[in-house]
Amino acid sequence: MYRYIARRVLLVIPTLLGAAVLVFALMRLIPGDICVVRLGSGGATFNPQAIALCHHEIGLDKPLWLQFWDFVWGFSHFDFGISMWSGKPVAVEIAARLPISLEIALLATIVAVSIAIPLGTISALKQNTWLDVVVRTVAIGGIATPSFWIGIIAILVVLDTTGALFGRPWMPPIDYVPIWKDPIRNLSMAILPAITVGYRYSAVSMRMTRSAMLEVMREDYIRTARAKGLLEHLIVNRHALKNALLPVVTLLGIEFAFLIGGLVVTEQVFNLNGIGRLFVQAVQNQDYTLTQALVMLTVTVFVLCNLAVDLLYAWLDPRIRFA
Amino acid sequence: MGTLRLAAGAMFAAVLALALPVQAQEKPQYGGTLTYMIPADAPPSLDLHREATYALVHTVAPFYSVLMRVDPENPADTTKFVCDLCVSVPVPTDGGTTYTFKIITEVKFHDGSPLTAADVAASWHEIIFPRPGVLSARANWYEAVQSVEAPDATTVVFKLKYPSSTFLPSLADPYAAIYPKAILDKDPHWFEQHVMGSGPFKFVSYDIGQEIKGVKNPDYYHKGLPYLDGFVGIFAEKQAVRVDAIRAGRAAMEFRGLPPAAINDLKSSLGDKLKVQYSDWNCGNLITPNSKRKPFDDVRVRKALLLAVDQWHGAPALSKIANVKTVGGIVFPGSPLAATRAELEQMAGFWPDIEKSRAEARRLLKEAGQENLHFELLNRNVDQPYKYVGTWLIDQWSKIGVTATQKVVPTGPWFQLMRTGDFDVVVEANCNSIVNPVLDTQKYLPHDVFVENYGGYSDPVEADIYSKMLHATDPVVVRQYMRQYETRIVNDQAHEFPMLWWYRAIPERSYVHGWKIGPSHYINQDLSDIWLDKTATE
Repeated sequence: MYRYIARRVLLVIPTLLGAAVLVFALMRLIPGDICVVRLGSGGATFNPQAIALCHHEIGLDKPLWLQFWDFVWGFSHFDFGISMWSGKPVAVEIAARLPISLEIALLATIVAVSIAIPLGTISALKQNTWLDVVVRTVAIGGIATPSFWIGIIAILVVLDTTGALFGRPWMPPIDYVPIWKDPIRNLSMAILPAITVGYRYSAVSMRMTRSAMLEVMREDYIRTARAKGLLEHLIVNRHALKNALLPVVTLLGIEFAFLIGGLVVTEQVFNLNGIGRLFVQAVQNQDYTLTQALVMLTVTVFVLCNLAVDLLYAWLDPRIRFA
Repeated sequence: MGTLRLAAGAMFAAVLALALPVQAQEKPQYGGTLTYMIPADAPPSLDLHREATYALVHTVAPFYSVLMRVDPENPADTTKFVCDLCVSVPVPTDGGTTYTFKIITEVKFHDGSPLTAADVAASWHEIIFPRPGVLSARANWYEAVQSVEAPDATTVVFKLKYPSSTFLPSLADPYAAIYPKAILDKDPHWFEQHVMGSGPFKFVSYDIGQEIKGVKNPDYYHKGLPYLDGFVGIFAEKQAVRVDAIRAGRAAMEFRGLPPAAINDLKSSLGDKLKVQYSDWNCGNLITPNSKRKPFDDVRVRKALLLAVDQWHGAPALSKIANVKTVGGIVFPGSPLAATRAELEQMAGFWPDIEKSRAEARRLLKEAGQENLHFELLNRNVDQPYKYVGTWLIDQWSKIGVTATQKVVPTGPWFQLMRTGDFDVVVEANCNSIVNPVLDTQKYLPHDVFVENYGGYSDPVEADIYSKMLHATDPVVVRQYMRQYETRIVNDQAHEFPMLWWYRAIPERSYVHGWKIGPSHYINQDLSDIWLDKTATE
């Protein structure tokens, strides 16, 4: 198993290198100049000397190969460089935003798991009943509806409902406070985006749980367990669910990795100062160093989450051994 | 009789009782924290000398003092500038080339150190003559300045190479914050990540990308100000977030401006809990044909595009859905240098008879052999009002048989395509902080004179008129030159076409008082005049 883990970790290196080349090249293919955007987007006038100075400050006057070397060498030493836009260390920019994204991702996962597994199981056990139809409709709705739309509607519904009921519309706080400083304010900010994202997240997992349960419930050992006289809830919880959860765990792991950097639109809708929003800003501003660092961070999280999921698989299913 | 007197007395008392609370409400109240939305992502740095985005002004202006500013009591007046740190606005001497300012004494920076003329001179020196390696975004505004010095602790002297009417307004630039000389000398880059000012509010905290907080400066040199205990500025680029925040009371206002639909939405949901201030805006779109590309090198084609557009009727229609309103030439319509309606109507693109104008446009196109002209209109990926104006223009051009398709790109590629000349016709904007028409209209100068002009044309006649205007000081003479300059650009050569000027609508909750709107989203942002009355209709 340790050799398997070591091999998987070593495989991360060529993956990251490939990602580095891709993001470095793609960013520089986009037309535009961060210095022109920075100095000119406010409508103010600027002169060529200011542009040249700006280029020199952020290292854009260096040869491309040197810029790539600085990027890769820095990353290998966990030095992610300085943001070309803000002049702050990239690590500082990311660290300021990681807590909110992590919190939303975690809460969304909790919401998703809390909804998906029970409802998916019920739907499988009550196949083709009205309950099954309702659950499947809810799941389809979650997959089909964009999460940003759900978010916008959720905010408007809360605003209108509270306005009608209490004469004063309410919306979640729009400034982040860490949970240890003010848990109520923090959770009142996070709950709506967590539910919005969690709903969509749960929809996919719900369907996966349902189909996995349906398959497992038809297995011989389940029939044997029933024949032995085991209570139904013991059959479901102790025998069926554990096996049905294997593909669901994989899905949840991959989705969680995606959530870390993928909450772009949700963060915009709820004005969350997270990694997704930072990503968009970095690309829009053509901040090469920040974009590169975020891409590499996302790739690393994906790879490590996949590894964690694979290892979890082995724990859940003793039949699985790593070559 | 006694009863009559009693009744009259009671009536008088009742009238008095009704009148007094109204007067009491108008008296500023101390206390409270203003929360407002900053309609942008976080600015690149905190250095006002270096940056050009309004987001920075909205973020840090409350912490800083400036030498001069627009009158906060009447920011709509484009000609009145008052002192902030100075004692009085000086009359220039030495043939209009020397401006001597006396600085208010007993001003302190927020760390307790005294602010003297040396700090003012050092800050202005950094703006006008940035040392190597230091970026000053507006240094080219001050090319007329020869030197700035502080001969003593209370005097700052600006010496110009030549007299110019643009100088005094340019001193009121809201980005011209006064920094401590001691810090500037040690590290001029310090202000990129830190704040040290002498303004009405002291820096408390800055959560990157999220919010900025300030607290009242008890030692502020304008006695009695500020009224607020503090402020919180929250960054939110998305309009929906800002509108919902104001609606829900999470924020009291924003300072850039919302389009008509958003204002109507807020009005219908908040009723009398909302006030809106309106103003013409020192921002306008301009249309720039690429004179280096056929057929736009032909003045007849350019002029035809200009003649096709019905700004007089388009303005009221567009103002219902976009933040545009006023028809004007190249000068901000509220300025004494702006063309009157009668003067505008003499110029191509502003004729009162649109049918006659379009007939002339078709004639010119036919003469130029471009009757079925087809081209691409490059536009910036910003809704208000770029895309609205672009879409409207395509419709206007269709009325003379011209087919235009719109290519919308993000800001970075938009700049890139303009700078490389890779476009047919582009929708640009000319946005300025202080209304300073002679400087503001530099945008229309040929590229060989002003590098940020993307029209690709050369026009020594135009450049000569501008040079004379820049050196003139008599307002009558300046105005005459401005008319010649404008006529040359728009009517004679159709180098570029000024389109509708923007229109600001600032929503504020009814408990906010004291702030007055001006023609720019860069000015009047120190929050010192704002006070809150939470007992009013909340």
